[in-house]
Amino acid sequence: MSEQTPAGPDVPVGGPSSQPEYDLGGGATVGARLGTALKSGGVITPIITVLFSFLVGGLVVLVTGHNPIDTYKAIFDGTGLQWLFPWTSGADRSTAAINLQQTLLITGPLILLGLAVGYAFRAGLFNIGGQGQYIVGSIVAVWTGSSWAGMPHVLHVILCMLLATAAGAAWAGIAGALRAITGANEVITTIMLNWIAIWMGVYLFGLGGPLQNGTQPDVPISNDVVASAKLHVFWGDPELQGLHIGIFVALAAAFVYWILLNRSTKGYEARAVGFNPEAARYSGIKVGRTYVLVMGTCGALAGLAGSLDVLGWQFHLATNDIQGTQLAFLGIAVALLGRNTAIGTCLAALLFGALVNGTSVRNLDPAVFEPELAQNLTTVIQGLVVLFVSADVLILLIYNKLRPRRAAPAKAEVPA
Amino acid sequence: MTTDTIIKGLRAPEGSDGAGLTRERALGWGGIALGLIAFVITLPPFEVRTIVPSLVLAAIAIVLGVLAIGGGERRVGGGAIFAALFGALGAYGASRSGVSHLEVVVSWSALTAAMLRYATPLTFAALGGLVSERSGVVNIALEGMMLMGAFFAAYGADKTGSWVGGILIGVLAGMALAAIHAVFAISLRSDQIVSGTALNFVALGLTGYMYVDTYGANGTPDNLPAVPEINLPTDSLGFIGQAISQLNLLVWGSLIAVILVWVVVFRTRLGLRLRAVGENPKAAETVGISVFKVRYAAVISSGGLAAFGGAFLSIGFVHSFSQNMTAGRGFIALAALIFGRWRPGGLLAATLLFGFSSALAQRLPEFSPQLATLFQALPYVLTLIAVAGVVGRSTPPAADGVPYTREGK
Repeated sequence: MSEQTPAGPDVPVGGPSSQPEYDLGGGATVGARLGTALKSGGVITPIITVLFSFLVGGLVVLVTGHNPIDTYKAIFDGTGLQWLFPWTSGADRSTAAINLQQTLLITGPLILLGLAVGYAFRAGLFNIGGQGQYIVGSIVAVWTGSSWAGMPHVLHVILCMLLATAAGAAWAGIAGALRAITGANEVITTIMLNWIAIWMGVYLFGLGGPLQNGTQPDVPISNDVVASAKLHVFWGDPELQGLHIGIFVALAAAFVYWILLNRSTKGYEARAVGFNPEAARYSGIKVGRTYVLVMGTCGALAGLAGSLDVLGWQFHLATNDIQGTQLAFLGIAVALLGRNTAIGTCLAALLFGALVNGTSVRNLDPAVFEPELAQNLTTVIQGLVVLFVSADVLILLIYNKLRPRRAAPAKAEVPA
Repeated sequence: MTTDTIIKGLRAPEGSDGAGLTRERALGWGGIALGLIAFVITLPPFEVRTIVPSLVLAAIAIVLGVLAIGGGERRVGGGAIFAALFGALGAYGASRSGVSHLEVVVSWSALTAAMLRYATPLTFAALGGLVSERSGVVNIALEGMMLMGAFFAAYGADKTGSWVGGILIGVLAGMALAAIHAVFAISLRSDQIVSGTALNFVALGLTGYMYVDTYGANGTPDNLPAVPEINLPTDSLGFIGQAISQLNLLVWGSLIAVILVWVVVFRTRLGLRLRAVGENPKAAETVGISVFKVRYAAVISSGGLAAFGGAFLSIGFVHSFSQNMTAGRGFIALAALIFGRWRPGGLLAATLLFGFSSALAQRLPEFSPQLATLFQALPYVLTLIAVAGVVGRSTPPAADGVPYTREGK
């Protein structure tokens, strides 16, 4: 694999005819390559990416002596997606409904977390800090949601969500400001902010911590969110984690994201900076300020996601919730698979929401496949999706190989 | 998604490394030293029980820092002011706490030994990062490579019944993951940050999967073969002697690796080629060096080095494996690499600093468990400060993160 072209400097330079048929132009930016991919592959390449990832994931299952088809079938049964099939009926249908509520319960925050990564990508930033921003948002939501009992319901909910959103924005804004002022790489700063957020949460809700539950001094857990701050459940049993209105908040955020990105000056500036910061600077865009604003927006989305989970179904935070949350990392796969577009992110969030729910301890039959194994399988698949998205050239190559050849590929470029 | 700008972000703008010791520079370093002394005099064995001398020293340090900044040495001057604030705060804490507590926590020999132990995995991984990035490939998958090393070393030690087999299998596993990174980053010209992130997930899932599949709820066996400790008759040689009298083989291995990497990268033809490929691949290609081969070799050896760090964690330090046991150490190693300016000596200093803060955090529950929890965040805060440039901007290899194509397009 190390040799791409025949050795020696005799490779002709320049001229479109000298390009290998599927080579998308050597040093072309990933953005440019993705643009080409979008034109040539449409929605097909993400689908191939997913299928390929599931295939490799299935190989892992196979190698360890389990049946991949049974495993994937069991995972699918746990997602509740068969509710969408008209032929599902009776007891199956009500079980599927409960499972689908669970899936959508995860999908909502996942959309927001995906957008939080996607917006940064558009501005040329990589926000791996969704986890920290999510945690900070959920800490603020649980704190404000468990205080101020007796406040009017709608007002309390909105206030909690706003404060959580602001906290997430501020947390991510640190990374944006550091990037703008000192040039510190946001990949590292956001990861560090994740860990700082985790230990802060463990400190706050840990034994003897300032926000630890007042009535249970020996449990490392927060106070419960009071009734006036809980989100309304519109589908299913409110006592059994029915689906709350957060999913609509997330969909609305996706719509706002689309407007922000495609129909607003700020979004234009973000994309311009992402495309070429130097050119953006020359055209009068304040690049540093854009970094701070973009990261702040991303943090706001992730913080909002944290508040949805806390006010929608968790209602309290334990220290091991804070240490164990992996949802935000899925947001990276969601954004990459959804190509940072609003609709793509929503669909990818549904896919990964289903995958997480289908592999949860509650929904996966341990006789078929151990849930704990399956959760790790989800992580592998998630990694593979990101890996294959990064190698869009590879997926395009497979896609074009599989495609029936045009009569005469005279032009040396990817067929449109 | 124009991610090439992300990679450019990894490269801070070129700053002057500054040669020679100017007067301002000396003032700044003096300030840093005084700030630290302000803290040290309140600790055993000196134990000044009043904060006044420390405050005086810290104040002088701040004045020196301001003078250095005034003279244009903003980096060192900033460091002096930071050291002064740190020293004053530390001195305040130390002078307020009981002597018996202090002596339990600040036992210099134990702290030094713990510092070396905590620094070892970071040192190995940061060296791996150095080799890879010097060749022009950003390696954000160090975390995953460590994790592979950690699991497969435990697995190998269990299956072969010897720690040598464990290290061997662990290092091979780390190199295998690195080989995937090489294929994607070098041949397929993926975005190196995205593919590195992806491999971290793959490693996390894969090791978790195999761990649950192989060991289930019981965890790795208690009688896992361990990398031996080296006993030295140095107990009489002060606290450093006591600290090094019983250290793990791999702790010494990491220090030797620092020297080895330095020799190879900076004193051999191979190293010259490596650096040439990282600085100007086109020029290197012109004189007949295969950029692809050098980069492949560098990335794969970087995986091996990082896996050594992981292997130390599982069979040299903790003597078991748990899911996600590296806990962000790969990224701290990356920060240490940047902090240490892509040089072996610099990164060792940085990993020792991180090791020291971890060692301190581990002993703090003596004072207060809550405070100790909060202190766990210290290495991450330090990393944040480090990369944010209190210690100055550093210049990575010029072609770091840029995929290479023959046509040069």
